[in-house]
Amino acid sequence: MTPAFRRQRALADYTLAALARRRGKNIGLVVIYALVVFVVASALLFSSALRHEADTVLAEAPELIVQNLAMGRHDMIKGDVIDDLAAIRGVTRVEGRLWGYFYDSVNGANYTLMVPLDPDRVLAPGEAMIGEGVPRVRGMFWETAPLFLSRYSGDLVRFDVVERISSESALVSTDLILLNEADFRDFFGLPGGVYTDIAVTVRNSREIETIMSKASALLPEARFITRDDISRTYQKLFSWREGIMVALAAAALLAFAIFAAEKASGLSAEEAREIGILKAVGWNMTDVIAMKLWEGALISAGAFLIGTLAGYLHVFTFQAGLFAPILKGWSVIYPDFALTPRFDGVQIAALFLITVLPYTAATLVPVWRVAAADPDQVMR
Amino acid sequence: MIFQTPILALLLVSALASAVALWSGWFALRVLRHWNLASGSREQLQLERATELVSTLFRFVMLAELAALVLFVFNADRMAPLFVGAMCAVGTLSANDWGFPALYLKIAVFFAASVWLMLDRADRLGHDYPLTRLKYGAILAIAPLVVASAAVQLTYFLNLETDVITSCCSKVFTAANDGIASEMTGMDPARALWLLAGAGLAVALAGTVSLWRGRGHGVFALAGAAFFLVALVAIVSVISLYIYDHPNHHCPFCILKPDYGYVGYALYLPLFVATALAVGAGSLRPFAQVESLKAVLPAVLRRQVMQALVGFAIFGVVVIWSIASSRLILFG
Repeated sequence: MTPAFRRQRALADYTLAALARRRGKNIGLVVIYALVVFVVASALLFSSALRHEADTVLAEAPELIVQNLAMGRHDMIKGDVIDDLAAIRGVTRVEGRLWGYFYDSVNGANYTLMVPLDPDRVLAPGEAMIGEGVPRVRGMFWETAPLFLSRYSGDLVRFDVVERISSESALVSTDLILLNEADFRDFFGLPGGVYTDIAVTVRNSREIETIMSKASALLPEARFITRDDISRTYQKLFSWREGIMVALAAAALLAFAIFAAEKASGLSAEEAREIGILKAVGWNMTDVIAMKLWEGALISAGAFLIGTLAGYLHVFTFQAGLFAPILKGWSVIYPDFALTPRFDGVQIAALFLITVLPYTAATLVPVWRVAAADPDQVMR
Repeated sequence: MIFQTPILALLLVSALASAVALWSGWFALRVLRHWNLASGSREQLQLERATELVSTLFRFVMLAELAALVLFVFNADRMAPLFVGAMCAVGTLSANDWGFPALYLKIAVFFAASVWLMLDRADRLGHDYPLTRLKYGAILAIAPLVVASAAVQLTYFLNLETDVITSCCSKVFTAANDGIASEMTGMDPARALWLLAGAGLAVALAGTVSLWRGRGHGVFALAGAAFFLVALVAIVSVISLYIYDHPNHHCPFCILKPDYGYVGYALYLPLFVATALAVGAGSLRPFAQVESLKAVLPAVLRRQVMQALVGFAIFGVVVIWSIASSRLILFG
């Protein structure tokens, strides 16, 4: 063990004992500090989990979506372009998708109605599969209760529910109602041969740009949305919301930094006497500063650990009850989903810098002022 | 684009660092003008007390800057999916004209900060603070660097637009372009490896000599700096190829990605730390003659040279390991 290491160990030892002597005051400081860390940590962890969730969901999405535009708005697209798109080299599958929204005047929720493309989910006329949120807002407690949808007063369409989609995929399926194609066209009064949009599956994702440029030569009016575009938008949206939360928390951080500076400069009579005695028995300014830095480091480490842990539990065990409305967005029929716990190194490093740095910066000058004072002056 | 937590953290660090650097610079002027250890005047006493504060603050800020360099690169790599065409940190950094200058300035601050921290430590070893004037002279040189780095970084982040199309690393690091990146890429792999081995040998020799004779730290520092440059060239020219198992992908940033087990950090961190230690040893050596440091500084230098050699050795081991475990066969 080198002398320098021994010295630091002795200092840490002494500081811990000193902290324990003023337990009440220090616990108060750690609690407030941890609270600040908790707020920022919750925002970071929650939005990082949401970004991850979005990416997981999008992994299943088609690489490219082609939509028709009319007057700058989304319009139905004709089915005959499917063959043209399928002829482009590198495209493995092209499918016309049928989906739309239905406003349920009973409870004010919006459902997503869709025709499944998955061959395992082919439905007979009059049948439907529904997401877990639909029975929840409709109060369909009876497992085999049929679904009635009303487009206008006096209208009632009945679907037999053959399956309730499990809540594992709640993030995408909570408000979903899957229908047979004929039923769908009939329900919305849609002519044959048109689709909401067209999903293009590409074998090599590096060829998407090229395929897109070829397709836009074929369909100059159409809008092309790649999976990366959607993913990028989600990443930006969640990062931005997180950033706003953190920027708002900056006010709390600033208040805390002022509080910490105040606390570090206003010494209690007992503390002043302690430093006076230390200096009288031969400690110099460097030793006192080192001791005070240890104090700050121990308090920071404690508060950071407690705050991060509490944030982690808040987000992943209690579903971020406090911040969810801001970060998730809202809706009448909101999915119930469990977030996958994950830790991101960048986030933790950023969290550490954002919370510990202001505290340290705020306390350094008061600490020096205390350490530089003459022993008799402090003790008096 | 500044409303991203890592960016906010980086801006916070650089704002604090600039504030401290400016204030320390102003204080350094006072020290240079009035410092006189022989005097017992009120001003000298105040200066002596304040030096403790300034070095504590500056030390703290420099440590934060070291952490910020790693966070900056890590964050650039993580933000790549937000940019069209970007696949790694290169895309994020070349999204506008300020990205790479910001990185280079941060690296310059890293080396300046580490040399300053070593100077500060040596100064504290002597009972009469023999290096105080020099230390504060150095602050005057470092402060503008810190402020410039903060300003360039702020400009970079403020001008960061995610809807611009940026370049992928596979476009930047090809031999076909002009510029230093392609010069590095274009170097023959065999020659790069020989150069690296030669530089490694030179570092080992210079290090052993300075450990044995207690002299020649200047040569060791030069060898270390040369090794640093050669190592960067070798990473671009040949080591990255082995890591990617690919004969044409030269990017020095993709190796930082999780896809390659973060092996880049295992290469860069020891390399940067060892180079900083070597350069620091070289710059401290002249002061081993100072009366109050004669007894202590040589031992410190010895330890520092040893640590630098260990760092270079770790780098070497990682290089050999990534070549040995690669499935790419470049020679033979």
